[in-house]
Amino acid sequence: MITRRLFCAALAACSLLAAGASQAQERFITVASTTSTEQSGLFGHLLPIFEKVHGIKLRIVALGTGQALDMARRGDADVVFVHDRAAEEKFVAEGYGVKRQEVMYNDFVVIGPKADPAKALGRDILEGLRRIEAAKAPFVSRGDKSGTHAAELRYWKAAGVDLAAKKGAWYRDTGSGMGPALNTAASMNAYILADRGTWLSFRNRGELGIVVEGDQKLFNQYGVILVNPAKHPHVKQADGQKFIDWVVSAEGQKAIADYKIGGEQLFFPNARR
Amino acid sequence: MNAWLTMENLGLTEGGTRIIDDVSLALGAQRTVVLGPNGAGKSTLLRLIHGLLHPSGGTLRWARPVSQAMVFQRPVMLRTTALANVVYGLKLRGLAADECERRARQALAHVGLERLAKRPARLLSGGEQQRVALARVWALEPELLILDEPTASLDPASSREVERIINEIAASGTRILMTTHNLGQARRIAEEIVFIDRGRIAEQTPVAEFFKLPRTAAAQDFLQEEMP
Amino acid sequence: MTEFNDAFLTAWQLLALSDARLSAIAWLSLRVSLAATLVACVVGMPIGALLAVGRFPGRRVLIVLFNGLMGLPPVVVGLLVYLLLSRAGPLGQFGLLFSPEAMIVAQAVLVTPIVAALTRQVIADEWSEYREQLRSLGASRSRAAATLLWDGRFSLSTAALAGFGRAIAEVGAVMIVGGNIDGVTRVMTTTIALETSKGDLPLALALGFILIAVVLAINAVAYALRGWAERHWG
Repeated sequence: MITRRLFCAALAACSLLAAGASQAQERFITVASTTSTEQSGLFGHLLPIFEKVHGIKLRIVALGTGQALDMARRGDADVVFVHDRAAEEKFVAEGYGVKRQEVMYNDFVVIGPKADPAKALGRDILEGLRRIEAAKAPFVSRGDKSGTHAAELRYWKAAGVDLAAKKGAWYRDTGSGMGPALNTAASMNAYILADRGTWLSFRNRGELGIVVEGDQKLFNQYGVILVNPAKHPHVKQADGQKFIDWVVSAEGQKAIADYKIGGEQLFFPNARR
Repeated sequence: MNAWLTMENLGLTEGGTRIIDDVSLALGAQRTVVLGPNGAGKSTLLRLIHGLLHPSGGTLRWARPVSQAMVFQRPVMLRTTALANVVYGLKLRGLAADECERRARQALAHVGLERLAKRPARLLSGGEQQRVALARVWALEPELLILDEPTASLDPASSREVERIINEIAASGTRILMTTHNLGQARRIAEEIVFIDRGRIAEQTPVAEFFKLPRTAAAQDFLQEEMP
Repeated sequence: MTEFNDAFLTAWQLLALSDARLSAIAWLSLRVSLAATLVACVVGMPIGALLAVGRFPGRRVLIVLFNGLMGLPPVVVGLLVYLLLSRAGPLGQFGLLFSPEAMIVAQAVLVTPIVAALTRQVIADEWSEYREQLRSLGASRSRAAATLLWDGRFSLSTAALAGFGRAIAEVGAVMIVGGNIDGVTRVMTTTIALETSKGDLPLALALGFILIAVVLAINAVAYALRGWAERHWG
């Protein structure tokens, strides 16, 4: 029964493969974070430095801020590293987070067609948005309850544009991450609010360029929170706290400042120690 | 002749057609061949007796419980060796592995296929496959062997070989109940002929008498057509 | 179509340099999807065989159910498995979320109905041919199912391959339960999704070509093996 033996050998090999898929137990913490930090390459830069110092691996799950916080609420992360202050404070107030600490900021930019049909070019985010709406120029929104989406909605409100009333064919709610939304904007030649980091590492730019930048209001604060072990006892409290302590330490802050794309610094450390 | 099987008013209706129609028959011969035109219900009758089909009416009464086995027109060979095909039937009877193998080898030797024991069964010729099928049932040592046109798709040489094996099985004391299209074969094997026509038993006659002068017109027509 | 040229070029470069990260990702993809397919076969093939051979109430309903579940959306499976494995879920205490095991579970759930439904088809055809012979030899229905599974092993390889193809090509389920963690749960399809969202379309497409090549190669090997086995066993 040569084939039967072969068959059994194949089965055994497959089982070994399956067993091999389980990684050797290593020391790690799970960080729920945002696409902006992951896709800009910041974590790729920070991970090896932190691991070298503390021997702890970081497993980054990159989602929108809203999703990241929900994931942590379910107890599926040890640390959250996101950028929506109001949502973060609510998270802590509900008892899911121990304490919110500010880490760094980056800034949002308005990306749009280089030809700038809405004449939105400038420093003033609110004026820029008003002009885009007035021209009914195509605008792509994340629409995914991410930190960037929350920020965009705040800017529209501050600009006095009532989206509920003014929403039309020009305003495209895509319900997607930063990258996919940028891909959509590039193919439609539309305006879009993006974080600078993702924009700088984004390749498929088409005819798009930066239209509005430098407004104080565009600064985007990142916070880091340890998930509350009182709610989820399995949270790796000690190792999670080690990461938080490191990222707000002088050493961690310098590592953040050192990360550059094309000579341009993406994230500006501003932890209060 | 004591009947080992008695059928009373046996019927099978399928989709409104009466395939077996009110058959009452007592089988007592050691070697019985069922003859009849195509579609007369020969195979169906065999399947009813073997238990593969359930009658829609009437009764089948065995004089005493009889172990039986069946050989089909087209042997079904599993994708394994000839030997393993024979072993398979024995295993289903719950025999120990070494006993299965011993009896399977013996049965293959009986049908003259010992040297092909390790060959993939499906790659054997049609005649060799039918002989493996015979070895498979022979190994089970049934008291009754039912054969449905066992040589219909074989060449004359294979056909003769299969016939020889059937005779040997019969000689070992196993009762034979078979159908065939080959009247010469029927004559050589049978003690008694059961002639069936359109689902009904036309006659049940000793073989010599049947081939000399059948009792019914239907059987006479049949013989005339089949033997030019 | 500069994207296509770029993609081909990038694919060749990645292969020529035998990029270590790429091979780790491709290897993880293979391991996860092969393991999921194995689980799906162990579970799905007996189910398919019993659906083909068995006679029990609700059989027809189950057949329709499994045929329908062949089209399970991966995202839905991902979400269900996520909710099961999440710390707040019923199986949360095992901490399996965001691990290769979680991806194996999700893909196995996705693929089992495919394997079961295709197996049922294969075995039902065999059963119509073997039925009388097996019953005559005295095989019970469950024994017949086991016999037919072994006897139909070459045809069943197609069911396994279809399952594997579905597993290795899907992104929705592994993205959710794996989390696309670099070096831990990042597989070919999630990498492609990531590179697409980074706007690096040529790289994403190049990875797509490599994925297709891997799947084709596995199918070619399986096809050759099956051909050899069928010639050998008839």
